[in-house]
Amino acid sequence: MNIINLIKLAYRALIRNKTRAFLTALGIIIGISSVIAMVSLGQSSQRSINDQISSMGTNLITVMRSNQRSGGVNVGSANVQTLTEKDVDAITARAKYVSAASPFVQASGQLVNGANNAPGSIQGGNTQYLGIRKYEIAEGANFTDQDIRSAAKVCLVGKTVITNLFPNGEDPVGKIIRFNKIPIKIIGVLKSKGQNQMGMDQDDVVIMPYSTIQKRILAITYIHQIVVSATSETTANLATDEIESILRNTHKLKAGQEDDFQVRTQQEMLEMMNSVTGFLTALLAAIASISLIVGGIGIMNIMYVTVTERTKEIGLRMSIGARNRDIMWQFLCESIILSLIGGIFGILLGLLISYIASALLNWPFSISVPAVALSFVVCAATGIFFGWYPAKKAASLDPINALRYE
Amino acid sequence: MNEIIKTENLRRTFQVGSEEVHALRGIWFAISRGEFVSIMGTSGSGKSTLLNILGCLDRPTAGEYYIDGISVSKRSKDELSEIRNRKIGFVFQSYNLLARTSALENVELPLLYNSSVSAKERRERAVRALEQVGLADRMQHFPNQLSGGQQQRVAIARALVNDPVILLADEATGNLDTRTSYEIMSLFQDLNEAGKTIAFVTHEQDIAAFTTRSILLRDGQITKDTCLKPQSAKVALEALTN
Repeated sequence: MNIINLIKLAYRALIRNKTRAFLTALGIIIGISSVIAMVSLGQSSQRSINDQISSMGTNLITVMRSNQRSGGVNVGSANVQTLTEKDVDAITARAKYVSAASPFVQASGQLVNGANNAPGSIQGGNTQYLGIRKYEIAEGANFTDQDIRSAAKVCLVGKTVITNLFPNGEDPVGKIIRFNKIPIKIIGVLKSKGQNQMGMDQDDVVIMPYSTIQKRILAITYIHQIVVSATSETTANLATDEIESILRNTHKLKAGQEDDFQVRTQQEMLEMMNSVTGFLTALLAAIASISLIVGGIGIMNIMYVTVTERTKEIGLRMSIGARNRDIMWQFLCESIILSLIGGIFGILLGLLISYIASALLNWPFSISVPAVALSFVVCAATGIFFGWYPAKKAASLDPINALRYE
Repeated sequence: MNEIIKTENLRRTFQVGSEEVHALRGIWFAISRGEFVSIMGTSGSGKSTLLNILGCLDRPTAGEYYIDGISVSKRSKDELSEIRNRKIGFVFQSYNLLARTSALENVELPLLYNSSVSAKERRERAVRALEQVGLADRMQHFPNQLSGGQQQRVAIARALVNDPVILLADEATGNLDTRTSYEIMSLFQDLNEAGKTIAFVTHEQDIAAFTTRSILLRDGQITKDTCLKPQSAKVALEALTN
């Protein structure tokens, strides 16, 4: 019997029991759609995280103070004061793979403009800081080296700060706001960047010359971090090595002595986040595939019932010349078609679910072509695997007994 | 080749538990082209077993069986399927038509398993077979829309469609009333006159009277093999009406 006749035959057998076929396919629909939805949502979240990390610059390198031990006691990193602007100067002067470096200090407190106020965090850097963190100026101008030398009380503000402090929509540039009672002049407004991968608002930011924060707000001489921009993504690791050796040198660390700083690249961050989301995606897909297996067992069950019901038909077909493999294919074809129909609707449903969920979560919606293709193959395989034994049973019936079966 | 069917010392033994049951104990006979043979016997006489072997659904334990000159005893399952498909037409007591499938498609069924027949030829041959059994106006009917006699005619058309060398009927009138039985026998007689070889298993004496030869089985052996002057089923039908 040729393939077209087999498909016709299977189609007719399924149409004859529409409700049963639908319920059986439903198991596959649920299984496949949950696998598709889970994988596709996992990938969407991964992509959204990647996009955001990339938007911060994948060539970004951060040098942080590391935990220090004092007589065997871990005293944490808060009191470590080893990083200074001299380290920044050394990196800028000596590292080949570094395009820009900036000190980073931060302070938090209340921002006040007349009757309006909001909690705010202030970041301090040098003139390169905006470029390294991929901030751009919407209006006004960046502060200058002169501002840094004189610890000028000037700042750049993000959109969220403006919304909080200037609710009436007046032009903030040139206005004076107060931070911990210190008057600071707004000299520029930053372009909006949205939330970062941790869900933090990157527009809720005030950027000042680092020297101003050091001298006028915190009264410290060290800096919190160094932010560095490598010449490109590919040189980030080379730059990391350079920075480590430069800092060991400026900090006069002997061979064998632990680093008193740690260097992190954005790439590592990306990999870490990816491994977390990748694991979650795999876990969800694994749970979802359990329902696919249950759906497959449903098919097997129904195919067994079908074979028993149609024993007499099988006997007749054999007596008029159907070979064992004709009978086998007839039933296998039925279960494959059943699971493929389930698969098609399952894929559509899964994509719909992930589309809606992505829309609700503000994630980029992505159709994972390999996941869809794989699901289709899995469907066919499910049909073959779970249809095999019932079909085998049908094919191995003895025609004489099958004809006599009531 | 005039001998359509030839058996030599056909034996069939079944293993029931530890006991051996001899269903056939050495059958020697032949059916020539154009014969209309009734095979009679009480239940347990081995006539079903014989029919299964003649129909290539079963293989003999010992002995030789030739159909249309082909030895069957040593054939594989697939080869037997092909012989059934090309050489044999079955007619069953309970018709065995596929439900919710039109008469025409039921008749086409054997040709579906013959890859050398195109879809077009299949349809044409099925139509011709249905015309032959007088159901030209019932082709699109489903079995449940047909009477018992009509269903058996569809089954006969299905048996004829592959142009078999022999028709094997197993109690083909067993589910029908006398009148319809005679109608079916009349159809078989017409087919036989047109040249079809027919083997007809029955246990009814009056049905056997319509055939040209009667073979009686008892305890797995042929005890009687007589040529008959067949009664005309048409005449019997008229007698019934009067």
